[in-house]
Amino acid sequence: VIPSSVCRLILLDAADSVAVTTRLLRAGDVAVTADGHEFVATTRVPSGHKLALRDHVVGEAVIKYGAPIGVASAVIGRGEHVHSHNLVTVRGRKAALRSGTGGV
Amino acid sequence: LACCADGSADGDPINQLFGDRDLAMSALDSVAPTFLGYPRASGRVGTRNHVLVIPSTPLVNRVCQIVQARRPEAISVTHQGGSPGGDPDLLVGTLTRFAASPNVSTAIVVGIGDSEDQLDRIVDGVHDLGGNARRIALLEERGLEQTVLSIVEQFDLDQAAARLQARVPCSASDLVLGTECGGSDGYSGLTANPVIGVCSDMLIASGGSTILAEFTELIGAEHVLLPRAASRELGDRLSAAIHAWEEFALAFGEDLSGQNIMPGNVAGGITTIEEKSLGCVRKGGGSTIVDVVGFGERSSERGLILMDTDGDDVAQLVALASGGANVIAFSTGRGTPVGCPIVPTVKLSSNSPLAARMPHLIDFDAGTALSSNETITSLGERLFEMVVETANGRPTKAELHAQRDFALPPTMASA
Repeated sequence: VIPSSVCRLILLDAADSVAVTTRLLRAGDVAVTADGHEFVATTRVPSGHKLALRDHVVGEAVIKYGAPIGVASAVIGRGEHVHSHNLVTVRGRKAALRSGTGGV
Repeated sequence: LACCADGSADGDPINQLFGDRDLAMSALDSVAPTFLGYPRASGRVGTRNHVLVIPSTPLVNRVCQIVQARRPEAISVTHQGGSPGGDPDLLVGTLTRFAASPNVSTAIVVGIGDSEDQLDRIVDGVHDLGGNARRIALLEERGLEQTVLSIVEQFDLDQAAARLQARVPCSASDLVLGTECGGSDGYSGLTANPVIGVCSDMLIASGGSTILAEFTELIGAEHVLLPRAASRELGDRLSAAIHAWEEFALAFGEDLSGQNIMPGNVAGGITTIEEKSLGCVRKGGGSTIVDVVGFGERSSERGLILMDTDGDDVAQLVALASGGANVIAFSTGRGTPVGCPIVPTVKLSSNSPLAARMPHLIDFDAGTALSSNETITSLGERLFEMVVETANGRPTKAELHAQRDFALPPTMASA
């Protein structure tokens, strides 16, 4: 049983590289998945937002729902907030921007 | 029944939310649940028996507004017509199919009555679809006041007749559930949308239909849908239609931000269109796709129907009603305050704080999947019960607050 003081992380697919927070995390807060894996938030992560479960290099696909939801536009460390500042769409950009990863 | 396409991998951590989907299916009797409805000449079944007042042209909007003020129980809508370069046939077709909804007992179609008016086409079209329509033309009345009086007089007669019609037992297989999401947040794809998906699978297993639309919000989720298309041809059409929206949207900017990804989505934790789409697509559950139709068009198939709309929240309510939906399930994470004028719109919150903050808006709190012992599956079963009760006449929050939103898409464009 997870103590209520610890934030639950919702993992939507076993292949995911991010999980969804169920409350606001501040740097240093611990969050845990249903199967007991613990993650320490390294940045502030608002409730309902994404926390990185592993490191991502620039250009690496970010996986949620078992599918790519875009690529890392900056280095993302495990425990970091993943959002517009470090994740960019692949599908929702003009074709010229889709090749390569730095053109953010 | 392909009802367990996602979230069913036993032993995976994701099952914490879903619970046992097979239980939801086994909870269904061999006989589909029943509700009391209004069978129509078209073969479709109404869940409401409204008398609708609808203008064929924006020129008579004011007339319809005056009628609404004098007869609050009328469902009287207004609209801005088509736009230059838009498709006039789509405009007339949408107004016609909306007025011919099985939830409409009689439609009073109001127009100018001159050669440029589409009044006759709409009235004839409603009759062709098995509906009832009255024709009132301003030029044939003696002025504005007389036009209003004629409409009110006609309304009173039709409303009296509608009140005498009794509901009769109908099968849940006659339900067509329109689905929609607006103001998605980071929880929509975790709670409210999958709950609608379970409800949809249960309805389809009962012989009914679900409409999944908003093709702009399927960009990046094609791989979830295409393997479920009943035929290769359907899959190709679906894929082409989604791609057309991607190109259309990108023609207006360098990316989709501000179009498909709105500031509210971003504040709620959604970053990209792929992410939004993968949450949106869950409203369609795991059933087989039996048809792909255009904006506001009707399918003769039963099962999961994909409808090509652009995700404009109010226009899509019109599209779902025109397409034959007789109940709508609408998920919101940010609190989108809309309701279809003629089709009961059950609104779900993706998170419990929203439901607590806006009790006048939310019928069903799917956020309890995160805060209680309820699973997506048990919530989906409860939503299915609420959908059947709503069909049976239980008023939705939107109905109780007379939320009657009507709009046509800005472009009336067809992909």
